[in-house]
Amino acid sequence: MSDVPIFAHEPWILPARGRVAMWSLIVAESAIFSLFVVAYIYYMGRDQFGPTPSVLDRPILNTVCLLSSSLTIWIAERAIEQGRMRRFAIFWAITILLGLKFLIGTITEFRTLINRDGLTIDANLFGTTFYSLVGLHATHVLVGLVGLSLIMAFTLFGKVNRSHAERIQVFSMYWHFVDAVWVVVFTVVYIVGK
Amino acid sequence: MSDQTIPVSGSLQAAYPQRGTMLEWLHGWIVTVDHKKLGILYITYALFFLLVGGVEAMLIRIQLMAPHNHVISPEMYDELFTMHGTTMVFLVGMPILFGFANYLVPIMIGARDMAFPRLNAFSFWLTAFGGLLLYYSFLGGFGLYGMGNAPDVGWFAYAPLTGKVFSPGHNVDYWALALIVSGFGTVGTAINIIATTVSLRCKGMTFFRMPLFVWILLVVSALTLVTITPLTAAQVMLLLDRYLGAHFFDAQAGGSPMLWIHFFWIFGHPEVYVLVLPAFAIANEVIPVFSRKAIFGYPAMVAASVGIGFTSLAVWAHHMFTVGMSSAGNSFFVISTMVVGIFTGIKVFNWLATMWGGSITFSTPMLFCTGFLFQFLIAGLTGIMLAVAPWDWQLHNSYFLIAHFHYALVGAIIMCIFAGFYYWFPKATGRMMSETLGKWHFWVFVIGFHMTFDTMHFVGLLGMPRSIYTYEPNRGWDTLNLIISIGAFVQAVGVLIFVWNLVHSYVRGKLAGPDPWDAWTLEWATPSPPPSYNFVVEPEVRSRRPLWDIKHPNDPDWKYEQ
Repeated sequence: MSDVPIFAHEPWILPARGRVAMWSLIVAESAIFSLFVVAYIYYMGRDQFGPTPSVLDRPILNTVCLLSSSLTIWIAERAIEQGRMRRFAIFWAITILLGLKFLIGTITEFRTLINRDGLTIDANLFGTTFYSLVGLHATHVLVGLVGLSLIMAFTLFGKVNRSHAERIQVFSMYWHFVDAVWVVVFTVVYIVGK
Repeated sequence: MSDQTIPVSGSLQAAYPQRGTMLEWLHGWIVTVDHKKLGILYITYALFFLLVGGVEAMLIRIQLMAPHNHVISPEMYDELFTMHGTTMVFLVGMPILFGFANYLVPIMIGARDMAFPRLNAFSFWLTAFGGLLLYYSFLGGFGLYGMGNAPDVGWFAYAPLTGKVFSPGHNVDYWALALIVSGFGTVGTAINIIATTVSLRCKGMTFFRMPLFVWILLVVSALTLVTITPLTAAQVMLLLDRYLGAHFFDAQAGGSPMLWIHFFWIFGHPEVYVLVLPAFAIANEVIPVFSRKAIFGYPAMVAASVGIGFTSLAVWAHHMFTVGMSSAGNSFFVISTMVVGIFTGIKVFNWLATMWGGSITFSTPMLFCTGFLFQFLIAGLTGIMLAVAPWDWQLHNSYFLIAHFHYALVGAIIMCIFAGFYYWFPKATGRMMSETLGKWHFWVFVIGFHMTFDTMHFVGLLGMPRSIYTYEPNRGWDTLNLIISIGAFVQAVGVLIFVWNLVHSYVRGKLAGPDPWDAWTLEWATPSPPPSYNFVVEPEVRSRRPLWDIKHPNDPDWKYEQ
């Protein structure tokens, strides 16, 4: 070793705290979802009575909406990075609409299942695990929508600008996570479990 | 080299601000976002509940002192052992360790605060109100009219006892809701510690120059993310069962109580390491300083901590050998549990090698760490015995098991926490704790500890099961139980000496100065107590022992490391 400090001419750059924190939150949330998924798979086909997963209709349009919202929020992220605020606002708004469509779709699906098929959370194990897993995901969509709408409101009042790109991107990680979880939920509930 | 001066950043004026009125002082503590104040709040909160949980343990021991005792009612007894376990794990163990982490992690890595100071305050208050909610159960609901409404289902709350049919009222709800609330706080703090460690290290503080304390708290926080959340998820399922008629754990409708046992221990076993790793972290700081040697095998210590973190996620079912798993399942969990012994063995040998040939001073922190080494070894050995499935079939849920985990929780964790108190109290308050009282505390506590928990092994081998209200005479348990209870009182005296030492030293202790132990990590480069911004100038670090480098400019560590 020489006597010169080795870092003297190197910049000291560490990962952004927001991203590290959001990754940690995503790890924690994944653990919560894992348990609900495990419970769903564990109880799959164990019911002696009540409705079975055959009553489910695959929410294809809903899925397309939610997954494409990941694309639109990504376009919005790029836009704010380049300072194109109008483009950011438009694609942020589209993301909200797509998320809202998904949430309304889930509510409609639940209504149909309750009224048409008599599937409630206390009907049987399928009802218990289905509503808690899909409901948990819908809750996350709702939380995401609240966050998205708050940012939208700030944008409309002109309080959001290019300097917020990093924060917007950190928040968007959460939305991407909610979308990614839906892929798992959809596969387990509507493909494997049906 | 203690005659040499250390560059102290910050002035004493900043460290001792002008005193305001009582209300201003209180307001300052409530709205604070300073990591050091929050650390002290965490520790004070945990210390309070340590006394509460201790009183519960005393009541349990008074009840079990003699056969056919009826000092407290059976209902009260159930509440006491449930609350004792829940309190000690969630309201003492976790907050006290997060308190140490809050105080020390930023200052050890040369940062001015945590990554998210307001999240930090929010997490503390969530944890605090979670604890208050749990204890409100003694009064709330039907509490005042009957025996109390406190949780009485064991700290593991096994289904189906927790179902609405078997546990009407709100006892289980208090347990689940209080822990969900404090669990959110815990996850918030864990995220904060990870972000702080990864993103706020001062110049030159590479990962492999971080103090081992910080390394371990990083591992613990990562482990917390995937440990507390399964409990939260399982408790949400439990509440769905109780309030919306779901059937997760309802055997009548095809649900499976087994699922709860799995889910609980998927939380419960990593939780043990979440609690014990910070104890190792304290030992990692104390043992080298009082042996006057750098820690032996730094990379091996890091690797062993990470190894324990990963392995602990795959051992949960060793709590479940008696539920009747397949022999393949049993064998897997026997082997994975024994793997943990390898990593902890690495650590024990490294601590011994650190002490080997060092010029050891047995100040109070070092005394406690030495006691920890012996007691942790025994806890580990009985752990390996219980990891053998047939042995576990014989002794599961006996007092042998209780003795084993109290050896780990009290003999290892609490001992290290005491060491941490004596070691960092001068930094946090500016005053030394009394060595005389400290030695009294150590010896009284250790003697009481061995009376209680050594004897518990024997009474367990003689067949006494856990959680029983009372027992028949002439089973050979009478005298042993009496000794256990007397030991508990001796420990209580030890803890009271400790509390008196805290109070007395806070007021009368001799002034400590910035670096009373001639230590090497960055917190000792600040005045005691440190100013709210910690460092006037961001420090730069070239080795694992930055203060050694400053004190020994002719022989700095960075010449030899890497």
